[in-house]
Amino acid sequence: MRSVFMISGGITKFKKANIEKDFREMVKEAFDFALTDVPRLSIKRIDGSVGSYFSDHFTRQLKAASMVHDYLGLCPKPSKRIEGGGATGGLCFQAAWEAVASGRMDVCVAFGFETMSRVNTWKGNEFIAMASDTNFDYPVGGFYSGYYAMMVQRHMYEFGTTPEQLAYVSIKNHRNAEFNPYSQRPMKLTVKDVRSSDMVATPLTLLDICTMSDGAAVVILAAEKQAEQLCDSPVKVTGLGAGTDSMRMADRPHGAVILLPHEKTEDYRNLKYPGVHSFRGGRSAAKQAYTMAGIQYPLEELDFVELHDAYSSSEIQTYEDLGLCKYGEGGKFVEEGYPFLAGIDYGLKLKKVGTLPVNPSGGLLACGHPVGATGLMQAVFAFWQIQGRIKKHLGNNTLQVNKARRGLIHSHAGTGTYITVSILEKP
Amino acid sequence: MPKKTHPSENQGGAVLYRLDPIVMKWHYEIDYIHSYAQDSPFFAALAEGRLLGSACGPCGYRYATPRASCMQCGAKTAWVELPSEGKIHTFTTCYFGGEAFLKETPFTLILVEFKGFDTLFLSRFVGARRVRIGMRVRPKFRRMSTFQASDLHFVPV
Repeated sequence: MRSVFMISGGITKFKKANIEKDFREMVKEAFDFALTDVPRLSIKRIDGSVGSYFSDHFTRQLKAASMVHDYLGLCPKPSKRIEGGGATGGLCFQAAWEAVASGRMDVCVAFGFETMSRVNTWKGNEFIAMASDTNFDYPVGGFYSGYYAMMVQRHMYEFGTTPEQLAYVSIKNHRNAEFNPYSQRPMKLTVKDVRSSDMVATPLTLLDICTMSDGAAVVILAAEKQAEQLCDSPVKVTGLGAGTDSMRMADRPHGAVILLPHEKTEDYRNLKYPGVHSFRGGRSAAKQAYTMAGIQYPLEELDFVELHDAYSSSEIQTYEDLGLCKYGEGGKFVEEGYPFLAGIDYGLKLKKVGTLPVNPSGGLLACGHPVGATGLMQAVFAFWQIQGRIKKHLGNNTLQVNKARRGLIHSHAGTGTYITVSILEKP
Repeated sequence: MPKKTHPSENQGGAVLYRLDPIVMKWHYEIDYIHSYAQDSPFFAALAEGRLLGSACGPCGYRYATPRASCMQCGAKTAWVELPSEGKIHTFTTCYFGGEAFLKETPFTLILVEFKGFDTLFLSRFVGARRVRIGMRVRPKFRRMSTFQASDLHFVPV
């Protein structure tokens, strides 16, 4: 396998509805953004693309990725669509990596988009719920927020996690987004704001849950030689992992924890795993990616994380899957301030601010979640962090993580059915 | 909570919704001819007021849902009746949802654990103001079966 480098990225502003641009034009905007960043790259030098969008229902257009590929002027080069629920973008990133690592392409474009404003919110909830078992789960009252709420209820029961700790995640991500002009829902919040907003599924309120969005993102990956020629500060992809779990949450086992290198069996003597409180697909993805990148102690060896916080609760669950803290300690991890950025006033008393910033961009909660674009959006923000160019692209330096050398991106589908973890590093 | 931001769902045909840019409303409706196939005995049993799970002979794993082949070892499973009562493993009360279920909100979803079974069962809970993990529950079946997973819910024992 060859080394693979990210040489550019581009995004559109994520918003509730973008009726001025259809999905092709949104991707074109992100694509042109990416091309502007690497002026030496002409379309002629691109070998092909991988496209990602989650739902044909939202798009009301089958084979929409073909339409984007031709709109970008990439015919007759190879292309394919990747679909995997919420992890669509992360899977697309990894598929583009595979194209370059295998030697099949030297320069590959990964593009993703979603146009969720095309239906009412409750119809959108129904489409998303169709990504749960339609024989057994959907007819009972299919609603993803309900599934996540049940998972966090069990997390609270097992570990003592509190709704206030969930609110800390929401406060952090919405506040970070105030410094990111591409975000959809920047806000300065208090615990009371989060807890007193409309209850959606106990204990999750409207501000614990990401919104539906329109948006697009583009990532360009290249082999070493092309990366050196085309880009003055390429970022290396040093680790990849992917994991899965059963579609029906009910079918998950209650067995032994999958251990990371820095953990011991004794750490989890009485824990039945993953049950519905944890995502073993995320743990499995992290384990592979850490092994490939040579990471032993993720909390010390990573400089920042962009993870799939579709829910404030799933951010806490994911800290644990990624081994940033032990299983059960996710609530405390956020409450003590570890994942907050230094230099921002969150209106909270925090002890360990800036240890390992998580979702400095604002994450899904505040940037928005145009599904097919989301996993690629994370790669774009991570790329800018490692390049040290947050100020150039966001217009201010507030979210720039000091000496960001190595970052992790994490994309997540269903109730944890597909999960990807990728590691990006300064070469 | 749901706010009306778009035209109603069920008006037929293509309708001009707004200008500049021109936005159209398209109606779309489907009837699926959907087979439960190998899971059919589960739905037939629901109509008789029985709840079936799957048991694997070779490895002994027992599922509280239909799985014609075992996730652990790949062997064919046998149908087995679930116990007449279980315990709430986790729960939530939904105040919002997909369009099809909006009119039923608020409703309470639960995952039920059964003694002697390795996995859980998703259903709704009705009949008590307070719901908690560990609460003993039993299934209650719809009198006129619709052959859907919503033909049963759980009530306190």
